[in-house]
Amino acid sequence: MEHPTPTPPAMTTGRDTVFTPFNVVAGIIIFIGCILTVMRFAKGIGGVTNLDDTNPWGIWIGFDLLCGVALAAGGYVTCAACYIFGLKQFRCAVRPAILTAFLGYGLVVFALQYDVGRPWRLPYPIFLSQGTSSLLFEVALCVFLYLSVLMLEFSPAVFEWLNWKHARYIIGKVSMVLVIFGIILSTLHQSSLGAIFLIVPSKLHPLWYSGYLPVYFFISSMFAGMSMVIFEHSLVDRFLHNKIDAEHHVESNNVALGFAKAAAFLMSGYIMIQVIGIAIDNDWHYLGTRWGLWYLIEIIGFVALPAIMFAIGVRERNIKLIQRTALWAVLGIVLNRLNVSLVAFNWQLPLNQRYFPSWMEIMTTIFIVTIGVVAYKFIVTRMPVLHVHPDFPDDH
Amino acid sequence: MGISRRQFFGWMGAAVGSQMAFSTQAKAAANIHFTGYPGSFGVLHDISRCIGCRKCEAACNQVNELSKPETPFDDLTVLSKTRRPHADTYTVVNQFKPNDKSSPVFVKTQCNHCMEPACVSACFVKALIKSETGAVVYDASLCVGCRYCMVACPFNIPAYEYDKPLTPEITKCNLCQPRIQKGLRPGCVDACPQEALTFGNRNELIKIARQRIEKHPDRYVNHIYGENEMGGCNWLYISNAPFTDIDMREDLGITPAPAMTSGALAAVPVVVSLWVVFINGLRAISRRKEQIANEDKNQAVSAAVETEQARFKHEINQLKEKAKSEKEAAVAREVKKALEAAAQQLSENAAAQTPAPPETSGAPQPEKQENK
Repeated sequence: MEHPTPTPPAMTTGRDTVFTPFNVVAGIIIFIGCILTVMRFAKGIGGVTNLDDTNPWGIWIGFDLLCGVALAAGGYVTCAACYIFGLKQFRCAVRPAILTAFLGYGLVVFALQYDVGRPWRLPYPIFLSQGTSSLLFEVALCVFLYLSVLMLEFSPAVFEWLNWKHARYIIGKVSMVLVIFGIILSTLHQSSLGAIFLIVPSKLHPLWYSGYLPVYFFISSMFAGMSMVIFEHSLVDRFLHNKIDAEHHVESNNVALGFAKAAAFLMSGYIMIQVIGIAIDNDWHYLGTRWGLWYLIEIIGFVALPAIMFAIGVRERNIKLIQRTALWAVLGIVLNRLNVSLVAFNWQLPLNQRYFPSWMEIMTTIFIVTIGVVAYKFIVTRMPVLHVHPDFPDDH
Repeated sequence: MGISRRQFFGWMGAAVGSQMAFSTQAKAAANIHFTGYPGSFGVLHDISRCIGCRKCEAACNQVNELSKPETPFDDLTVLSKTRRPHADTYTVVNQFKPNDKSSPVFVKTQCNHCMEPACVSACFVKALIKSETGAVVYDASLCVGCRYCMVACPFNIPAYEYDKPLTPEITKCNLCQPRIQKGLRPGCVDACPQEALTFGNRNELIKIARQRIEKHPDRYVNHIYGENEMGGCNWLYISNAPFTDIDMREDLGITPAPAMTSGALAAVPVVVSLWVVFINGLRAISRRKEQIANEDKNQAVSAAVETEQARFKHEINQLKEKAKSEKEAAVAREVKKALEAAAQQLSENAAAQTPAPPETSGAPQPEKQENK
């Protein structure tokens, strides 16, 4: 197959000015974020958030941590598809997915610097005092290890960019061990993030609380990852088109079709286990309440319908439809994680004791997401992520 | 294959070994019913005796050296609003007016010191510990500030110093652990003018509570709150009003919090061990399939090449045969032609009987004959 050399980075801006609309908006957001950072560490968590003693976790956990980890699942899902199940056509999707995962987890850890009271003590659970009875300990250990694994998994792109042939050769030797280790770690902490809420049956609404929470989180992380890979490619295709070489371009459609099909199946399986969860706890009567309506909106509106749309998209080979559905499914995952951690949490309390994020919390989250987008753009315009490096043609 | 037997056993060993190294006693998973540390202390709160004087709050504030609140402790107007413990307030007294009661009911709220606390099992740095005295105590020097203990607590007790930028701590009642270790009673118990609070051995307190309920069945609700809630607490309550009417949840169940997460924790080593097998198995299967497919392809290709070559050979041979026979036929034809020509010449010569012509036209004749 032909490998056209991608346009060199210098030509991508097209203009001489750095004041592109993207840069201006990102710059403003990052500037505000820096101010909020100063405020957070000068006034304390209470100075910038709406958190209180009854609602100790807000969107910095519900969105930045839970959604961040779920949407970064594309890394392990794509690696598994390509290297474990032997689906070679997914090879082109591996590096972008690993990059997204690496940035996702990096930002999760970055967001925790804001959320926990004494962030410089974050290594304590791993190195100083291991609270092994806590599921959060398991999450912390897995996220720490997986972030290291992702760094190593992404390092080939960096080594190729720097042209460090020897380092690139060595990391290539251990890549399969990293892949397997990464999948095990992902299985553990994706499910453990759900298992964290096993301890609060009295606070989480019965429609969202279930003994199967770890399974729900693990299964949904798979189609979250797949949807994210599809959605991310649709963005890259639109905004970073000249970074993609012909092979990536052709195969990305196959990746979309393959992942859409798999996601449709996984989502229907997910709905089945949700129904089983309700049946086992005999929560049927809650479905008639307002909470039940909200639950049905999540399960039907943001899982069942996207699953059907994925299936139709695959049958008609309609990539546009699949890409739009991917965004829909991603929103469904965000909704689910927010429901479990915030909306259905403390559901019995009166409205005046419930939590709603402050604008500063929301802005900090936007700031963190923006850092991710900027970092992604910076990396893919320089390193061989969306195209094959001419000197390392067959080294993925 | 990317993994050798030695590698495989190495990984399995590491997986099992790490679990053994990290594992503590999995009490919740075993068939053992933990009934609390023997001889551990507790407090019995007789709600029917409480008059809402807030003297316990004042004493708590004093013995724990907390900052003074804006409204003094003798101001009872704060009772009109339901409160919960916060930073600098380890205990609060709330006032309730259940429908079937003419007089208000007062309830003191603080850490219940669960026998198997959710907060302790949730803490990922062991900053919260269940002491053998019965107290759940906190070590601020380890705390990261993740606030999972606050999420986990079914009674919404731990509070956080949200306004401290660099040294925020979890705050909650510690059952006056330093005083207990000195042989003293908790500050609030000492301060209560109504003997609504009784400090002592938890087992003894349960006996006292039962006796009081038996003695005055008309006065008390027949339930010792905290005897079994969430696996049991070291702080116990008896009440003259239904517990649900005074904001004390009766739907918490009797399962201790660690039992709710022990299954998920127990799955971790199983997943680690089995995933190594499954993942390598899947990979081996997909590689083997690929290998078989390649072999099949190669076989098919070589078979096709062979038949094609055979066919080609056959065709060439046929062509060769054809060419040979055609050549022979052509030679025979030419010879025949020449012979005929010679024979004609001879007969012509014989007819003319002239000597000259045979020399010229007879010359090729011997050649042809030699060829034959």
